[in-house]
Amino acid sequence: MSLLQVKNLVVEFPHRRGTLRALDDISFDIAPGEILGVVGESGAGKSLTGASIIGLLEPPGRIASGQILLEGERIDHLPHEKMRHIRGRKIGAIFQDPLTSLNPLYTVGRQLVETIRAHLPVDAAEARRQAIALLEDTGIPAAAERIDHYPHQFSGGMRQRVVIALALAAQPQLIVADEPTTALDVSIQAQIIQLLKRLCRERGAAVMLITHDMGVIAETCDRVAVMYAGRIAEIGPVHEVINRSAHPYTQGLMAAIPDITEDRERLHQIDGAMPRLNAIPPGCAYNPRCPRAFDRCTAQRPDLMNAGATRAACWLHDA
Amino acid sequence: MPDQARPLVQARDLAKTFDVSAPWLNRVLERRPRQLLHAVDGVSFDIAKGKTLALVGESGCGKSTVARLLVGLYEPTRGGLQFDGQDAHAAFKSSQGRALRRRVQMIFQDPYASLNPRWLVEDIVGEPLREHGLITDPARLRERVGELLQSVGLSPLDMAKYPHQFSGGQRQRISIARALATEPEFLVCDEPTSALDVSVQAQVLNIMKDLQRQQGLTYLFISHNLAVVRHVSDEVGVMYLGRLVELADKHTLFANPQHPYTRMLLDAIPKMHDTGKARTPVQGEVPNPLNPPSGCAFNPRCPLANDRCRTERPQLLDLRGVKVACHAVEEGRV
Repeated sequence: MSLLQVKNLVVEFPHRRGTLRALDDISFDIAPGEILGVVGESGAGKSLTGASIIGLLEPPGRIASGQILLEGERIDHLPHEKMRHIRGRKIGAIFQDPLTSLNPLYTVGRQLVETIRAHLPVDAAEARRQAIALLEDTGIPAAAERIDHYPHQFSGGMRQRVVIALALAAQPQLIVADEPTTALDVSIQAQIIQLLKRLCRERGAAVMLITHDMGVIAETCDRVAVMYAGRIAEIGPVHEVINRSAHPYTQGLMAAIPDITEDRERLHQIDGAMPRLNAIPPGCAYNPRCPRAFDRCTAQRPDLMNAGATRAACWLHDA
Repeated sequence: MPDQARPLVQARDLAKTFDVSAPWLNRVLERRPRQLLHAVDGVSFDIAKGKTLALVGESGCGKSTVARLLVGLYEPTRGGLQFDGQDAHAAFKSSQGRALRRRVQMIFQDPYASLNPRWLVEDIVGEPLREHGLITDPARLRERVGELLQSVGLSPLDMAKYPHQFSGGQRQRISIARALATEPEFLVCDEPTSALDVSVQAQVLNIMKDLQRQQGLTYLFISHNLAVVRHVSDEVGVMYLGRLVELADKHTLFANPQHPYTRMLLDAIPKMHDTGKARTPVQGEVPNPLNPPSGCAFNPRCPLANDRCRTERPQLLDLRGVKVACHAVEEGRV
């Protein structure tokens, strides 16, 4: 059975002149231990999808319809108090900027112990022992000593290791990682990705990895969902989506990425920009930029359909 | 020397040191010494007219400080810069400074911070023209701003809008239009696309390449993204803790990297089409620039480091057809 199921999720932001639909009919699931990548450009709705799952949607944003199920139970309409117990215990979260996800006034040890004791029935000494073990596991040298240091005494990469330790503290089954390596240098990025992969494999935790970096997706994920204007454009095994993309948007996106192994005179460019939420065109949201759009694309909105080894929301694949 | 053979930009032993000492009272009471941060420590390179030199490196390696030295936002602590045969920093201070600034422009990283939100695009792009007294007639000014916007793929009608009405990629194009307004010969681009999405990055990089071809522009391109660097540059300089560790022709550098740090950087890039394959992570982290390691700054992370590397600082030498600062390469230990 799937660990997480998202069914027809719709997130709306009401405002003075009507309602903006930021996520429109998103459905996917994550199996236990699986790493699902969510990729897309800014404003495509990746982070919003993550925030909906961990119950941290900023008001006035609200889940207008659809369901989120964790181990078969709905978590999208839980009261705050109940959701707090799930967040941390069952779903861990890692955010982009490690400096803002740690409290600068407390030592990292205090933050770890607090998290462990909030979710697990252990005493202070046992929690501290676990905290040191966690820091060692995340590759922080001299963990027994570093545990009493403050966040500002750590470098960016080390801080992100502390954040990963915090997310794993209560042994959750799912980690939602929103751009965990974007603020880091490329050399540190590789270390953090490998760490995240290893720890989740060892603990059997599934990961939803949100990023705009296709390279990170390629080396880390089992499956990937490509988002565009609040919808999933394509979803499938990572190798298939990258090397045999079915959706013209995914194809354009892949061709626009400069490749380290080859010389190209010009990069492929997708003209125009992603539509604003208040001006999403009828039919397929990608149709004004799509080189292969035809009549049906401007009239009727495609849902995900089978397209080779992946599923794509594109009429080209309608048999 | 004929103009053809002389590089447009010649940096010689450029260095910039910042004083980051504690306040005077603390130094006296707590007996703390003065502290100097060597942000850029002796960097030399040439850029030929119409070519692109890219500088790459991790955060804190001094790339942006080099950019600011080149456009005269910082004055070098040591060394000098020749622009088209004249001493640039002497000129910036003299009466010819204005004329030189017209020829050297800069594009910044964050298009949200570098455009004044209260100004119309017309004023943003037109300001350098007015400031340098290039065009005074209002009608002619508007016409020229329209041309500039068109050259970066925007519409002349956009000049009546404010920056917030544009997306990130469009804003970066407005920055490029403004930088091009004075018809500069040399553009310093400090991470011009790192705040942009990939599809938008492709648009901006293509425009920059087209403009270079049409107008014979010379670029210094700063980036931490090696794939982007491979796409735009002719020559690449790799920086580590304020110094150049390798300077080579683009094809040579990517096909045959010499310095262990360059190799690590190249290995650390995720390989897009071999999915699931882990990259070789670089070991360790960049050391604190306030207290750099002795000898070669890279030695604590270097698999080839020996006693000489820990004590003697390697110079940038011509070895194997490239410039590289590494004892291991010099001694043939690689």
